[in-house]
Amino acid sequence: MAVAVSKVRFSDPQIEMAHGAGGKASRRLVEGLIAPLLLSSPGDLLGDAAHVQIDGVRVAITTDSFVVKPLRFPGGSIGELAVNGTVNDLAVSGAKPEAIVATFVIEAGLPIEVLDAEVRAMAEAARRAGVRIVGGDTKVVEHGKADQIYISTTGIGRSMPNVHVDPRAVKSGDKILISGPIGDHGITILLARGELDIEADLRSDTRSVLPMVEALAHAAGSGIHWMRDPTRGGVATSLNELAHDCRLGITIDESSVPVGDAVRGACELLGLDPLHIANEGQFLAVIAAEQADAALKALQSVPGAEDAAIIGEIREQPAGALLASTKYGATRIVDMLVGDPLPRIC
Amino acid sequence: MKYVDEFRDPELIRKTTQEIRRLVDPQRQYRLMEVCGGHTHAIYRFGLKDILPENIDLIHGPGCPVCVLPMGRIDDGLSIAKSNDVIFAAFGDMMRVPGAHGSPLECKARGMDVRIVYSPADALKMAKANPTRHVVFFAIGFETTAPSTALVIMRAKQEGVRNFSVFCNHVTIIPAIRAILDSPDMRIDGFIGPGHVSTVIGCRPYEWIARNERKPIVVSGFEPLDLLQSIVMLLRQLQKNEYRVENQYQRVVPWEGNRGALKAMAEVFQVRPYFEWRGMGFISQSALRIRDAYAEWDAEVRFSVEGLRVTDPKAAQCGEVLKGVLKPHQCKLFGTECTPEHPIGALMVSSEGSCAAYHNYEHRKLVALS
Amino acid sequence: MCLAIPGKILEASTTENDATALVEVAGVRRRVDLGLLEDRPRPGDWVLIHVGFAMSKISEQDAIDQMRTLAMLGEAEAAMTEVRGYGSGDETSAEPPQGSK
Repeated sequence: MAVAVSKVRFSDPQIEMAHGAGGKASRRLVEGLIAPLLLSSPGDLLGDAAHVQIDGVRVAITTDSFVVKPLRFPGGSIGELAVNGTVNDLAVSGAKPEAIVATFVIEAGLPIEVLDAEVRAMAEAARRAGVRIVGGDTKVVEHGKADQIYISTTGIGRSMPNVHVDPRAVKSGDKILISGPIGDHGITILLARGELDIEADLRSDTRSVLPMVEALAHAAGSGIHWMRDPTRGGVATSLNELAHDCRLGITIDESSVPVGDAVRGACELLGLDPLHIANEGQFLAVIAAEQADAALKALQSVPGAEDAAIIGEIREQPAGALLASTKYGATRIVDMLVGDPLPRIC
Repeated sequence: MKYVDEFRDPELIRKTTQEIRRLVDPQRQYRLMEVCGGHTHAIYRFGLKDILPENIDLIHGPGCPVCVLPMGRIDDGLSIAKSNDVIFAAFGDMMRVPGAHGSPLECKARGMDVRIVYSPADALKMAKANPTRHVVFFAIGFETTAPSTALVIMRAKQEGVRNFSVFCNHVTIIPAIRAILDSPDMRIDGFIGPGHVSTVIGCRPYEWIARNERKPIVVSGFEPLDLLQSIVMLLRQLQKNEYRVENQYQRVVPWEGNRGALKAMAEVFQVRPYFEWRGMGFISQSALRIRDAYAEWDAEVRFSVEGLRVTDPKAAQCGEVLKGVLKPHQCKLFGTECTPEHPIGALMVSSEGSCAAYHNYEHRKLVALS
Repeated sequence: MCLAIPGKILEASTTENDATALVEVAGVRRRVDLGLLEDRPRPGDWVLIHVGFAMSKISEQDAIDQMRTLAMLGEAEAAMTEVRGYGSGDETSAEPPQGSK
């Protein structure tokens, strides 16, 4: 029961920022224009990485590009994001990352110290993640044609034998786990831009989630039906995509979703919802109900994942939608955003 | 979070809804209007409709300053920013509102210098930091926000900052409530009054609603317990056929309002004889313009704007939804031509617009469960 | 029009012309303008913040009073039920007397 991706029609006259924000507009662009033309089997569901068979060996491959302002922020920089992002995409698709190649598109005039710092950051991130960077490419464009530097990474990995994630494996009753508190990265970036004059003791959560995925695989293996790292668009977007792909409903309990104080404070102040904010060091997993508790324990025992929690479950209804419930018996639909979440005053 | 979490306590919410159920007359239909868009947003965000009895109907009022702004005003504001020397600064709420030639964000994508600010004070700071450019601040909001704009304009004058001006679209709440009550197809039993506007104007301006229209009005806070308690207070009045102004939001709202804020507004603004409200037509004395003494900081004086009226597509029923005559999903365009992704009216763009709130938080519940 | 959040004043700086304060909301800090408040708040006070301006001082006492009122909801009614149950002659009360909670 593959969901036909090409049924989506894309008729926007020009590309807008919203198309890159990871929400509805991005999805429409990919499903409506790019995938139908590029993919050899456009009816396939789009995951974080693609698995291909090469001479009987199942290999995962993924690519991602990193555009962030400012380049350096509390907790990390574009270089780290570039390595961890691709490592994580491979990990949550059920693959052990083996090698990465990187492309740099650099704006003429960029001081060498900036480039040096990012390359060092990538080397360190790769070392920590246990992945090799084996090659890459460099291009320089005129001043003004790139925001200082864009980095793109492509990674390959070996599919984990006992992990096979697929939205079609998701069943009613399955539990949803998150590896830790949400929103740290997106809010850190928002504050680091300095336009809002807000300060907080907050750092990006960028890191490799591979050790956590491996612990989960060890504890629950075939009980893991789906995983995703909720980057741009946040948990709300990832779960909406899942609900859409598996044609089931998802209900999360708002009070069980871990959110740090500073993220919460910034979101209340700016009128943002933590569920829509990007994360760079967390992942969601959908686990068969009977294995969920053991899976959670295994996850919580990994350093850095102590705050992992079960946040909800899969249900039959409302099919295709994500609901958040409160402790006093009310629910609300949590939709994907169209573009980036914007601060509001109303 | 202090002063927030206590007012979201699940046990107390359960208790308060029990009291509401105890108070309602099962034979009666109650139509309560929350005037303020922020209340509309809170009602959906906290799922309050799920826990209220069926015979309480919450009608969404026109208190969404983004929703009531006619498209022509957005075009005028953006036309000022077309020149390369101008920086267009506005709250995030405005960024996706469609003008006839695109929303501010779309204009930004095409190269216009459009920036989001959290505070009008930040727009003034931006002007000081960019002395060779002119910053136009697109001011919106009811009386909650107008005093801050006023203070910033006063500072701009005091400090002699010449490269800064304000395109003023501040509107006032009382004429909007009056327009609702004057509407022939309206039946409201009581009002949930705008809590944050009232921190500025106080509770006295609502006394005519109780006295002349004989409707109860309770000025309410924005947390679930605030709204639920306000409904309790309204029901108690309705039960006894009373009509008074009450202040539920006492921890924040002073009965006499905020004198400093009112002074700042009076110093900088005067009331426009009339102003067009999207979907509601021209309402007299319902908006503010900058006084002549501050003309140099008035973008409408510094720049020439076309002032074209842009009418909404005939099929869009924004006005009726704004006045609470129609529910969002009853508009013919809701969910089909008009969605958050491609909004036709501002009620679908603004996060506190009833159409957006309904679409994002509620609509798919009905569709999926049906 | 309505997004306003309570924050605690950490430190205030007043000059001739304007007053700002460093305010904290759950671990997040921002300078907030006190220019609209004739009665200047002090460190430790809580204020309601909207678009970077303090709109009102929050009354701790009123908040406590409100919580108390809410907590008592339904208890007056429960007390009445108890009273009725002690044979006051009200035929509609079918409940036997309840012990006090």
